This record gives sequence, C-alpha cells and structure tokens, in this order.
Amino acid sequence: MAFHLTQGTFSFLPPLTDDEIYKQVQYCLDHDWPINVEFTDDPHPRNSYWEMWGLPMFDVKDAAAVLYEINECRKAYPHHYIRVGAYDRSKGRQTIAISFIVNRPTNDPGFALGRQEAHDRVMRYSLHSYATDKPKGERFTD
Amino acid sequence: MIGPTQAGELGSMTNSVSEIADDSVVNVSDTLKESQVMEVLHQLDQELVGLKSVKTRILEIAALLLVDRMRRGLGLTSRPPALHMSFTGQPGTGKTTVALRMAAILHRLQYVRKGHLVAVTRDDLVGQYIGHTAPKTKEVLKRAMGGVLFIDEAYYLYRQENERDYGQEAIEILLQVMENQRDDLVVILAGYKDRMDTFFQSNPGISSRIAHHLDFPDYTLEELLAIAQLMLAEQMYRFSPEALQAFEAYLKRRMLMPRFSNARSVRNALDRARLRHANRLLAKGGNVSKIDLMTIEAEDILASRIFHDEIPDSEQQAAIK
Repeated sequence: MAFHLTQGTFSFLPPLTDDEIYKQVQYCLDHDWPINVEFTDDPHPRNSYWEMWGLPMFDVKDAAAVLYEINECRKAYPHHYIRVGAYDRSKGRQTIAISFIVNRPTNDPGFALGRQEAHDRVMRYSLHSYATDKPKGERFTD
Repeated sequence: MIGPTQAGELGSMTNSVSEIADDSVVNVSDTLKESQVMEVLHQLDQELVGLKSVKTRILEIAALLLVDRMRRGLGLTSRPPALHMSFTGQPGTGKTTVALRMAAILHRLQYVRKGHLVAVTRDDLVGQYIGHTAPKTKEVLKRAMGGVLFIDEAYYLYRQENERDYGQEAIEILLQVMENQRDDLVVILAGYKDRMDTFFQSNPGISSRIAHHLDFPDYTLEELLAIAQLMLAEQMYRFSPEALQAFEAYLKRRMLMPRFSNARSVRNALDRARLRHANRLLAKGGNVSKIDLMTIEAEDILASRIFHDEIPDSEQQAAIK
C-alpha cells in the first residue's frame, strides 16, 4: 500500500472529496472560526510551520470562498500537501481548533526510521522524510 | 464522433426522467408556503411604495426559482438561471433597499446559501498600485460568496479617459467569477441610468452576463407623500392634517429644484422638520402632551427655506436646503 500521511483530523479516512471539504469548512465558518490555507512539501510531523496561502480568511461566510482558495492553491502547488486550519478564538487558546489535509502528492515515498546508538545501549529514533532528500520544490512530481 | 455521445446523453436523460412517473404532482401552494418567500414579497410590497415594474420583475424571478425547485423535486434537472442584475435609477429610488430584500428573497428560495448583502463601491475593489487590485477584488468576492454582491455606482470601475486604470482589472476578475461561480454569488450593479448605459456599452462582456436590467422609475408626488408617512410612522411621528398639506406643497417645490433625490430628499426634509419640531416644543415650554411629542405641525414644515426663497439664488444653496 502506498504511503498515506496521517496528520490532523480525518487523516485516517480516505481523502475528502470537495463536497466533504465544503461541508467541514462550512461547519467551521458557522462556528465563526477563521480559516487558513497552508501548504508544504516537508511533511515531517514536527514541521508545524507550513507556508501560508494568502492571509487567513476572516470575513468569509460561505465555504465556496475557501474552496476557491484551496483550488487556487492546488493549481499553484498541485504536488504539495495542502491543509486547512480553523482557529476558535472564543477559547483564548494559541492553537487551532481543527486542521485537515485537503491535497496530497500522488507519490509520497514516506518516512525512514533512523536509529542512533547512544551511550549505554540507549537507542535514539528519528523520522526522516525520503522526499526531503531533494531540494525544496522538486520533492514531489507526477 | 458527436452522434453516439449525444445519443448516450439523451438515453441517460430519459432514464432519469422516467424514474419519477410523468403523472406525479407537486403542490404549488405547499412549495410556496414551505419557502416562506411570500412573507418577504409581501413585506416588500408593504414597505416599498410604488416601483411597480421592479416588484413585477422580482415576482417573476421568484416564480422561476420556485418552479425550478419543484422541477428539481421531480428529477427534472436544469442549469440554475443566471441572476446577475443591474439596478438603474435616479438617487433615492430604493436601489439599495431592494438589493437588501433581493438577498433575503434569493436566500428563501435557496438560490444563494447565506443571503447576506455585501455593498461595495470602486474603492473596495480597485487597488492603488500594480498588483493591488486582484487580491482586493478577490477578497471582496470571497466575502460575498453565498450571498449578494452589491456594487454601487459601478460605472466608476471603468474610466474611459485612463486606459491604464486598475478598474479594468477589477472588471475582468468580476467577469470571471460572475461566469464561473454563478452558483456561489449574485452580483448586482447599481447606478444612474445614463452612466450605467455608457458603462455597459464600453463593457459588453458585463452587459451580456447580466440577465435582469431593472430600471427604478422616479417617484410621483403621491408616492413621495406615502413614503414620508411611512418613514414618520416608523419613527412614531405623524403629520397633522395641515402639516400633510404643507409637506405636499414643500415636495412640489422641492421636486422642481436641482438635485432632488427622491426618497432621500424626503428623509432629509423630515429630519429637518423633526429638528424644528423639537425646537418649537422647547421654545414653548410648559406641559407637553404625548400627542404634541408625536405630531409634526404645518409650521415645522413651512419654516423651510424653500418657501421663502421664491427663486433659489444658487443651486448650491438649494441643494443644501
């Protein structure tokens, strides 16, 4: 089975269709959560700072506007990971309320597990995305 | 090449139509009641004086959308109609008010999903330097999605004298969205009739994408009086019988003057009458009854300068007054 990145909400499900994305985004908007679209080609789980696609959308009422931006982002970065984040300011937390992937590269080779022998037979583990061996922008293609 | 595909499409179409029996029925009045659109239409009729042609057209649009909905219920699919509109008319003829109602009506008929109105002018769409316009216009379009985008004085978007004006860029983006995302928003362009006509002439792309051109006629004297009384009633004031006559005389004079802007002028005149009403009561002193507080007397209106300056000495002053 091909590698399937599991980050954020819904990531263990099959990729969401546009209709499903529309409904999830509309749920966020109905709760007054501003939406942000982000993209990256460095899918390491600890890479929390993805690049922003434009500014967060504050005054949007209908998910069609967000879907429009998602599609614009897909056009510009068809082989990147793209995710949607929504921030619930009513809680006063510094984290987003929901985040889910809306676009995936077709051929992510996945991660290598690195092992490092440390002192006293201690084993340190690391994750390494095969894709990041290549320079930025060349990591995922058709 | 084309033959088989067409046959295939036809075949599938007849299939989906035949799934629901031809003699199945939908109840028109049930659909009407369910959509609750009659309330908004009724309200429109009650609160907006005159505008017969506009109301008729709105009714027609509502009928089309309702029938479309019943058809969909029976599996008869058709492309949703394009509902971009242009509202033309003199100032104060109710373009913005109707646009607001339009948003509510389209929402009730489930043509737009949210039914909010985003009112913008050239400033909100056109940027100040190269590369500023596109994001600005898109931002506004995104805000309007699911509702109605109302562009007031739309002709300012196109400046004939300056071919490098950024307005052209805004128009192009607007056109693209009007065409490709007509399920997502309805665009209403508004402005004075003659200038809108020139605007459409120089931008045939926009004109051809607008299905409904609604012209807002000027109000007659009777309609303006009715509007004045409606406005007063909203604010719990009323005319005394003499004041009504005085106001009629006022309107007759005011309508002949330059820069008469229909309902807006009526509103301004009433605001000034309230001012004089308040001053009169204060000057009088003593006890004031509820009736006094509610009633605008003839003297509140006759004090207007319009009655003193037989011939307005300059247009500027007339407009201020």
